[in-house]
Amino acid sequence: MTRLAVRDPAKVRQEEVQRRGRGLGWMSAGLGVAQLAAPDTVRRISGVDDSAVSRVMVPLVGARELVHAAGLLTSRRKGVWAWTRVVGDAMDLASLGMALAHRGGRRRRRLVGVTGAVLGITVLDLLTAVHATRAKEAGSGPAIRGARRGGPMELTATTTVRRPPSEVYAFWRDLGKLPTFMAHLEEVRPTGDRTSHWSASAPFGKNVEWDAEIIGDVAGEKIAWRSTGNADVPNAGTVRFVPAPDGVSTEVHVLLTYDIPGGAVGKAVAKYFGEEPHQQLDDDLRRLKQVLETGEVVRSDGAPWGKRARKEFPQRPAQPLSDSDLAKRAGA
Amino acid sequence: MKANTWAGRNKVKVRDVPDPKVLNNRDAIVKITSTAICGSDLHLVDGYVPTMQDGDVMGHEFMGEVIEVGSGVPADKLRVGDRVVVPFPIACGNCGACAAEMYSCCENSNPNAGIAEKMFGHPVAGIFGYSHLTGGFAGGQAQYARVPFADVGPLKIESDLTDEQVLFLSDILPTGFMGADLCDIQKTDVVAVWGAGPVGQFAMDSARVLGAAKVIAIDKEPYRLQMAERAGHTTINFDEVDVRSRLLELTGGRGPDKCIDAVGMEASHGAAHIHAYDRIKQAVRSETERPHALRQAIMSCRSGGIVSVIGVYGGFLDKFPAGAWMNRALTLRTGQCHVQRYMKPLLRRIERGEIDPTRVITHTLPLDEAERGFDIFKNKQDHCEKVVLKP
Repeated sequence: MTRLAVRDPAKVRQEEVQRRGRGLGWMSAGLGVAQLAAPDTVRRISGVDDSAVSRVMVPLVGARELVHAAGLLTSRRKGVWAWTRVVGDAMDLASLGMALAHRGGRRRRRLVGVTGAVLGITVLDLLTAVHATRAKEAGSGPAIRGARRGGPMELTATTTVRRPPSEVYAFWRDLGKLPTFMAHLEEVRPTGDRTSHWSASAPFGKNVEWDAEIIGDVAGEKIAWRSTGNADVPNAGTVRFVPAPDGVSTEVHVLLTYDIPGGAVGKAVAKYFGEEPHQQLDDDLRRLKQVLETGEVVRSDGAPWGKRARKEFPQRPAQPLSDSDLAKRAGA
Repeated sequence: MKANTWAGRNKVKVRDVPDPKVLNNRDAIVKITSTAICGSDLHLVDGYVPTMQDGDVMGHEFMGEVIEVGSGVPADKLRVGDRVVVPFPIACGNCGACAAEMYSCCENSNPNAGIAEKMFGHPVAGIFGYSHLTGGFAGGQAQYARVPFADVGPLKIESDLTDEQVLFLSDILPTGFMGADLCDIQKTDVVAVWGAGPVGQFAMDSARVLGAAKVIAIDKEPYRLQMAERAGHTTINFDEVDVRSRLLELTGGRGPDKCIDAVGMEASHGAAHIHAYDRIKQAVRSETERPHALRQAIMSCRSGGIVSVIGVYGGFLDKFPAGAWMNRALTLRTGQCHVQRYMKPLLRRIERGEIDPTRVITHTLPLDEAERGFDIFKNKQDHCEKVVLKP
């Protein structure tokens, strides 16, 4: 029903992690193939060609490298597989340490060289693993997180109202009625034929107010507007009214664009839209439909506050409101 | 007022709660004279429907007297003093679904549509006392209830029929009737009904009044099967015989032409291993349904037949026999009952004596004893079929 488009830094980080993970994967593949195909060469270079144990160990380590490679190259979860490499590195370092303790001369020098290289790789693996884990934490949140650093956010939503386009258009064009169904709006006051003054309620930042002008107006078809002057949150919107195939209803298509600033206001806006920014607009349009079709916003005991029932869960229990609950509503 | 409330899984409690008030212009307040416990209330109490909250007033089958109407209810529709039966789905009467008489899919009556949409793909109507997924409306196992869209839903009872004769127009009679209605019953049809609970009994009666040649009841509770038998239906006890073989015998090997699942998500089953499979998956919530009845109905139905589902399902099920359904050209029809569509015609059938809804009532208790009512109904004690509560 709704689509969201935000350029997201978390996504950029994720791409970087994927790229590095693949790099490590190819390295594992190379090492694994070498250890399996030419174990004796590997043993000689490593300075452990005198040990019978290494004859068994080196191909086993090679096989393990191939497992790392398969994981890193095929799975999206690079973090997990990078951590398996870190564990592998620890095993390798432990083996190398044991080998070092029992050798001297040329072999010891080679062992020291190999150990140094493995240490370097361990650092690289560790960095990738930590990075991947962090990127995943950031990435598992909503796309809107990116918007906290500012940037444009586009929301679209659509609904079908069983009223003719002329009527739905007329309702929307009377901008003062927008707050009856749009949750974040406190008041919209027309100040001229095409200009108006808007104020948003507290969750949207402290008393955010702005002026707006209508920049497109086709009776029964379309209204477009944008904020003017120095708006805290520059925004624009378009709503199109399209006759539905049933001949009696109107498809309402809304596109809202917010240019979300950095800083406190941007944070408040991002927090307001929360985990699922489109949900707000979907709910707004549901209420528009309720108002136009049934006459008012529908209330239940669990969600008695109409458009103020923003957070749907947990709700109050589905039992009648007490007088003090109702008094709160009067004040709300 | 007193109301029966959900108090956690397997627990209901009669508590004092505030009296309902008008919240929307088209509301009415009804003083309840009779209310009932429904099989689908057990799904809530058993914890298989998400979004129940401690303190939710239960109950979606109720009737009573209008004591207050909002300013948006026209006097020619409803007045203070009217005696009404209230349909369980809350429907606005204005949206596309209502215009198509699909009241249980009303697009406006569920303030929690956003949540329902996540669960079901598209939202469903509000329902009294039936979780927050269907709106968070207080139910009717109480002394009073607020009825939204009172100009659309409540059916006025102007004759001297007793509460017991008309109460079930709120849910189980139309639900059973819709189960049969969805079957496009022909006079040559053999109709098999899984579940001989109250809805199943009414589905059987409805299949007969719609002209079915033979109606078969499938259950395992002897007393419920006896009740069906007394009403003139053929019975199969799935604890004693193999359902499929018996159905083949009864239909000359064709299988029933029309099959009605009046069981839903908490079916029990003759085969222990299959029951265990579903029971375990349901307990760990990796499957929400135990759909034996539905599976068996699909496997048993004759090729080209109709399987009608009125038992309640809430989520996801496994091992759906898609092969049988597709290759044998079966039609699957279902829906929460569009009660408003059926109330008036069914009231006439009751008045004409074609259907006797009182035949399923086995227990009448004061509202105060709702907890006991749930207990005996759930555990099928004391040959319990249907409990009516009197506030």
